[in-house]
Amino acid sequence: MAITKNNSHNMLSKIATNDGHGENSPYFDGWKAYDANPFHLQHNPEGVIQMGLAENQLSFDLIEEWVKRNPNASICTPQGALDFKETAIFQDYHGLPEFRTAIANFMSQVRGNRVKFDPNRIVMSGGATGAHETLAFCLANPGEAFLVPTPYYPAFDRDLRWRTGVELLPVVCESSNSFKITKEALETAYEKATIAKIKVKGLLITNPSNPLGTFLNGETLKDIVNFINEKNIHLVCDEIYAGTVTNGDEFVSIAEVMKEVPNCKYDLIHLVYSLSKDMGFPGFRVGIVYSYNNNVVNIARKMSSFGLVSTQTQRMLASMLSDTKFIENFLSESRVRLAHRHDMFTRGLAQVGIGCLESKAGLFFWMDLRKFLKQPTFESEMTFWRIIINEIKLNISPGQSFHCSEPGWFRVCFANMDDETTMIALWRIKMFVRKNRNLEINTRRQFLHNNQHMRLSSRRLDDILTPHRMSPHSPLASPLVRAQN
Amino acid sequence: MAIDIVQPTVGLSKIAVSETHGENSPYFAGWKAYDENPYHEIHNPSGVIQMGLAENQVSFDLLEEYLESHQEATSWGKKVSGFRENALFQDYHGLLAFRKAMASFMEQVRGGKAKFNPKRVVLTAGATAANELLTFILANPGDALLVPTPYYPGFDRDLRWRTGVEIVPIHCESSNNFQITPEALESAYDHARSMGMKVQGVLITNPSNPLGATIQRKVLEQILDFVTRKNIHLVSDEIYSGSAFHADEFASIAEILESRNYQDAERCHIVYSLSKDLGLPGFRVGTVYSYNDQVVTTARRMSSFTLISSQTQFLLASMLSNKEFTEKYIKINRERLRKRYEMIVNGLKKAGIECLKGNAGLFCWMNLSPYLKEATRESELEIWKTIMDEVRLNISPGSSCRCSEPGWFRVCFANMSEETLEVALRRLHEFMDKRRNEEMSLLY
Repeated sequence: MAITKNNSHNMLSKIATNDGHGENSPYFDGWKAYDANPFHLQHNPEGVIQMGLAENQLSFDLIEEWVKRNPNASICTPQGALDFKETAIFQDYHGLPEFRTAIANFMSQVRGNRVKFDPNRIVMSGGATGAHETLAFCLANPGEAFLVPTPYYPAFDRDLRWRTGVELLPVVCESSNSFKITKEALETAYEKATIAKIKVKGLLITNPSNPLGTFLNGETLKDIVNFINEKNIHLVCDEIYAGTVTNGDEFVSIAEVMKEVPNCKYDLIHLVYSLSKDMGFPGFRVGIVYSYNNNVVNIARKMSSFGLVSTQTQRMLASMLSDTKFIENFLSESRVRLAHRHDMFTRGLAQVGIGCLESKAGLFFWMDLRKFLKQPTFESEMTFWRIIINEIKLNISPGQSFHCSEPGWFRVCFANMDDETTMIALWRIKMFVRKNRNLEINTRRQFLHNNQHMRLSSRRLDDILTPHRMSPHSPLASPLVRAQN
Repeated sequence: MAIDIVQPTVGLSKIAVSETHGENSPYFAGWKAYDENPYHEIHNPSGVIQMGLAENQVSFDLLEEYLESHQEATSWGKKVSGFRENALFQDYHGLLAFRKAMASFMEQVRGGKAKFNPKRVVLTAGATAANELLTFILANPGDALLVPTPYYPGFDRDLRWRTGVEIVPIHCESSNNFQITPEALESAYDHARSMGMKVQGVLITNPSNPLGATIQRKVLEQILDFVTRKNIHLVSDEIYSGSAFHADEFASIAEILESRNYQDAERCHIVYSLSKDLGLPGFRVGTVYSYNDQVVTTARRMSSFTLISSQTQFLLASMLSNKEFTEKYIKINRERLRKRYEMIVNGLKKAGIECLKGNAGLFCWMNLSPYLKEATRESELEIWKTIMDEVRLNISPGSSCRCSEPGWFRVCFANMSEETLEVALRRLHEFMDKRRNEEMSLLY
């Protein structure tokens, strides 16, 4: 059907015509390259391997087994069909009571039951994406700002700013101290805003961090709570990766720290959570706003009308998440598999002298490719990144798309592929490094000197100095490689 | 729960503290009364009957029948490996099979009189999100959308709350059955301009909520001419399109556009949802269908904040792409709604109450203006409260729909069993009889 295009009545809003959707960032160029030439073990083994998507695909077998054993969780099966009508009509924005309870208990389980969550404070949203936008609408007016430690998840620029008109200001973190959030950095950021006459309404932290894969210790969290209390600004804690911490007992949630800070202003503290990462359910759009501020709970709940979770999904998840025994087993198994996959990569990379920030959480690691840059500039980072996409055929994400203050860092996702693909990805990197020794601009000694603080996953020094030594498990010995040679 | 805070706490946003969420309107007060004392055939036969909720419960048996005979297609069942793929799917384009099914269903609802391209279907979590999303795209804060009165009370929140956009009413009157006239359109436009607002579009609901009537083809043509002349957008919320009692009495804006060869079509956008026609409000299935490429692209990006659960997309893709099923469903659903409508209108007539002549929707537009003490909003609310307290029926006062004439009420009939509807009608009948007797006795 022909539709005449006449741009004279393309009168759309400023929001519709600005860049706030964020899709012109290089973060998405890599995705486009992947979409144009996606890797497939059998059908397209030369394609681009997607390592820019933070998904958790390692433990679906456990979920599928549960689904098979619990047909009543679905309203489409004979066992569950009796509930179809009731479920389909239910549109109360409080959500199904059993769903809220199940989510509260699950959140608690993820934190080793060290802290309890109140089902009455659970508010639904369209994924964590919706949760962040909702909180921004609730806590800040257009033109006001949130402080965010760098590097941070690229889509925050869209989620917190696009339709809300709220600003994001960086709290700069540096590699020299492993990108930790310091009191000085917080104060500096706040001061800068004050001088620029921008009103700061809150601080947004992601813990565990995307893209770093690290999590904050109790001390840092207390410093943060003291900071926001003193400045009287809100604190939004995105704990979407809480269940990916290798050793669950080591993770400290803001919910735990709050109790330990004297005179902590509970009204300032809000959590964002989701099932997209810990459970691997991004398609189900389960976002949660959990606020200790009654007014915010109330308002966010009203706003949730714009992004409720499908009751079909609420019902199924209520059933699954309240199976505490299953969840306990799932969480512990998932953590083990993630850690194993993480180590597979970091060790493999260390063999060719590529270091990563030490991390024990997340679905990715923060890779240090600074020594491969011609110059320590973001242009160089971009140039090298294009080589990675076009020659090594890996879609990894360049640090600048995370607003990293230093060029040369890349986020590499590892949990969205099977073992074979993992080996191929590693092999491609190793081949590239070996073929391009001359790309390493800094001397090895300089490399070591600059990175004393980074532990390179149990590698001995000479492994780094003699990258030509192959481990017997190296894919170079695999029949796949021999066949291609 | 919360700890008492002694020190002053930092404030929330202006949006957060405003009342634009609209929940303090009488529309919702009635719901609260219902929640506190809900009618139940056996356990609470004297409770409040909910007639303020536009839900469609008359055709669930058809849906359940479908599920029973299509186990494999709708659940992961034996092919549980489908779960993983489904759980991971978060592409904001939506499941292709589902988009195709939606486009095809929308065509069927319009009897094939208009074609829908799956590429223009943007998915949102409910029509609530679709309307807000379109508003964000079509208007800036402070701009105005013209909306005919009476209108769905939720628009005050959906179109205005977080967007900062204003609603300027297009006043419609009972003297011509609340039809939208060119004069009313011009008048609303001028009024908005006189208040210094830039008018970005007209938003109509067709079939209308709360009138329960379709907009005549002739009027749609006039509206389209108006928005073209003014060079503004037209949003047609066709959420009740499948609830028109006779298929040939509903004309969609899509048909008008097709008949004009899609000239100037890119100022037009349709909102749809499965909450009313299929009775699935809990599943949060809404769509924006736009003839404007830029709007489609932007809406799709914005839908990131409000995607439909892939689990639900999967279930409904199966259901809606079964043309045999959907054809049967649409036909039977229309018939049952028509019967319900006749039942309530006749019952009200026997009680001495007239309704607007309706031909669609899940409600009727009841006229109690002859029974108001005075032709004022206060009188309307007084009678509304009486009906709530004495008759124990929750119906929606016209003032919450911004009706310019007091005395009209929206009464929903599809969210209950026939028996319950009979109870409601009986109560109303008794109430009206009592009133008439009281009035008679006052005369003597």
